[in-house]
Amino acid sequence: MPDNRKALTILGAGKLGIVLAQLAVRAGYVVYIAGSAGAEKIRLTVQVLAPGAIAATADDAIRQSDIVILALPLGKYRTIPKELLADKLVIDAMNYWWEVDGERDDLANPQSSSSEVVRDYLGNPRLVKAFSHMGYHHLLDEAKPSGSPGRKAIAVAGDNQTDNESVAALVNDLGFDPLLIGPLHAGKQLEPGHEAFGANVDAGTLRQYVGL
Amino acid sequence: MTHKPDESDKSGKKPRTEKPISFGLDSFGDIPTDDTGQLMTYAGAIRQVVKEAVLADKLGIDVIALGEHHRSDFSISSPETVLAGIATRTKNIKLASGVTVLSSDDPVRVFERFATLDALSNGRAQIILGRGSFTESFPLFGYELRDYEVLFEEKVQLMAEILKEKPVTWTGTTRAPLAGAEIYPRTESGRIHTSIGVGGSPESVIRAARYGFPLMLAVIGGSPERFVPYVELYKQAGAQFGTPTDEIGLHSPGFIADTDEEAVETAWPAHKINFDRIGHSRGWPPLKREHFDEEVAKYSLHIGSPETVAQKMAKTIRTLGITRFDLVYGGGPMPAKARLHMIELYATKVIPRIRELLAEDDKPGKKAAR
Ligand SMILES: NC(=O)c1ccc[n+]([C@@H]2O[C@H](COP(=O)([O-])OP(=O)(O)OC[C@H]3O[C@@H](n4cnc5c(N)ncnc54)[C@H](OP(=O)(O)O)[C@@H]3O)[C@@H](O)[C@H]2O)c1
Repeated sequence: MPDNRKALTILGAGKLGIVLAQLAVRAGYVVYIAGSAGAEKIRLTVQVLAPGAIAATADDAIRQSDIVILALPLGKYRTIPKELLADKLVIDAMNYWWEVDGERDDLANPQSSSSEVVRDYLGNPRLVKAFSHMGYHHLLDEAKPSGSPGRKAIAVAGDNQTDNESVAALVNDLGFDPLLIGPLHAGKQLEPGHEAFGANVDAGTLRQYVGL
Repeated sequence: MTHKPDESDKSGKKPRTEKPISFGLDSFGDIPTDDTGQLMTYAGAIRQVVKEAVLADKLGIDVIALGEHHRSDFSISSPETVLAGIATRTKNIKLASGVTVLSSDDPVRVFERFATLDALSNGRAQIILGRGSFTESFPLFGYELRDYEVLFEEKVQLMAEILKEKPVTWTGTTRAPLAGAEIYPRTESGRIHTSIGVGGSPESVIRAARYGFPLMLAVIGGSPERFVPYVELYKQAGAQFGTPTDEIGLHSPGFIADTDEEAVETAWPAHKINFDRIGHSRGWPPLKREHFDEEVAKYSLHIGSPETVAQKMAKTIRTLGITRFDLVYGGGPMPAKARLHMIELYATKVIPRIRELLAEDDKPGKKAAR
């Protein structure tokens, strides 16, 4: 393939998934996006809301790129095809949202972060948490080129430094200043109930919110 | 800005003047404070809404929409009962729910109640169906959150059938089947005006188009411009399904006072209490003043003097090409007096000013600038 654009796969074609697809297309990525069912069900949505992105089944979408963003309801994490994700850089953008996910003891564990639960389920140590703390409407409204005054920040938490840096580069490409906040466990700071949850602020302020 | 409103040009837009824009008010029955600064009772809050609707009708506002909630911060859990009270004391104002949480209701009952309201009001009843942004009604009425999707999908489908006002035959998993059921009272017009309220979910937009329901977009955060592609999605989906898509409305929060400063200082404490109470159950940290100010300055909080709010609403109406704007007013414990004054300013200053601004756009030579 002569196409040397970077590829990105997004699982979940809802509010968050669509916005991430919009931002990634704009940043010049080849974007594959999947919902829970076939490509047909989301084709019109993708065509109109994120033109340029390619609607696919989850399996096909995953095969197309080395980076996969999880943007489906967290309560459904066990439906993710984990075998296909074994060698991928997986970005977890999901939050435990009881109003959608129901009351779930496995996700509300005060010791571990929900991303650690997902990592353990997938058995993939390369999982990185990012794009989870900002509302989808702000993600779309606030994306700006690197160096813009007042650019907002997205926190990145993961255990592998190289992967963290890859995700930081993606965050930057999509329009935000990346803020590395430490290992995957530190992603707990970004969850509902914490100061950084919902944060639509610059890197300096986000740093304070997560206590760095 | 992330989206240029170029969609309106591609879609062969009609001049807006074809259908006059309707302006509404929307309340959830927040508990206001009285002249002594005391919180009113729930009953007092409900009577206050009736009083406001009567004023709105007298001043020529087109619609009053009342939301359904089942939590301590809001007094209205049964909008159509309050609307029935309003019906007998008003003449022209349309009486809408905003929204009727259909997932945890029975479509047959919903029709019966709104058809009754339609009778009492000489045909002024309107329904806005929605999933609601809260989930309290689920345990209260014995529904499971995990059935969220199927409950709404099935009930919208049944509702669409019932609204035809013909015998209904239906089977599904979420209520008893109906075999040629007649549902009464029939309305005089043969149709209750019914829309679907949508937050940010693309699937809900497509669903509204599939059943041919008018669309009401709930814009409660971020920029209204980001809904431009949703409007396009609705239209393209309607074109595929062969359903009409010319009625698109929006509901968004706001507050109006004589000056910008007064509006912001009155709205802020009430808004913060409201936001923090809701945020507490969802894990949002307490609202900071700078974030409120940012929403007011850049995004969807329509708060300010009549001129500020008129400019902001006119911009939204232009950008999205909508036909209806319902302003959600009185969020949080606000002085009842300030709410009444806001309604007066909305009717006598803001709405006429918006009409003027939009008429200016339609003058020849101005169009290209849009
Ligand atoms: N909304 C926000 O502002 C926001 C911000 C940050 C993070 N998040 C997080 O992002 C996630 C998605 O939220 P959302 O608001 O976008 O939800 P949403 O609008 O309900 O969308 C969820 C999407 O996930 C799809 N899906 C479900 N199971 C799937 C599977 N096994 N494989 C692929 N796709 C699947 C759904 O498809 P079907 O319709 O076919 O089921 C739907 O397209 C949640 O964990 C949320 O906490 C949301």
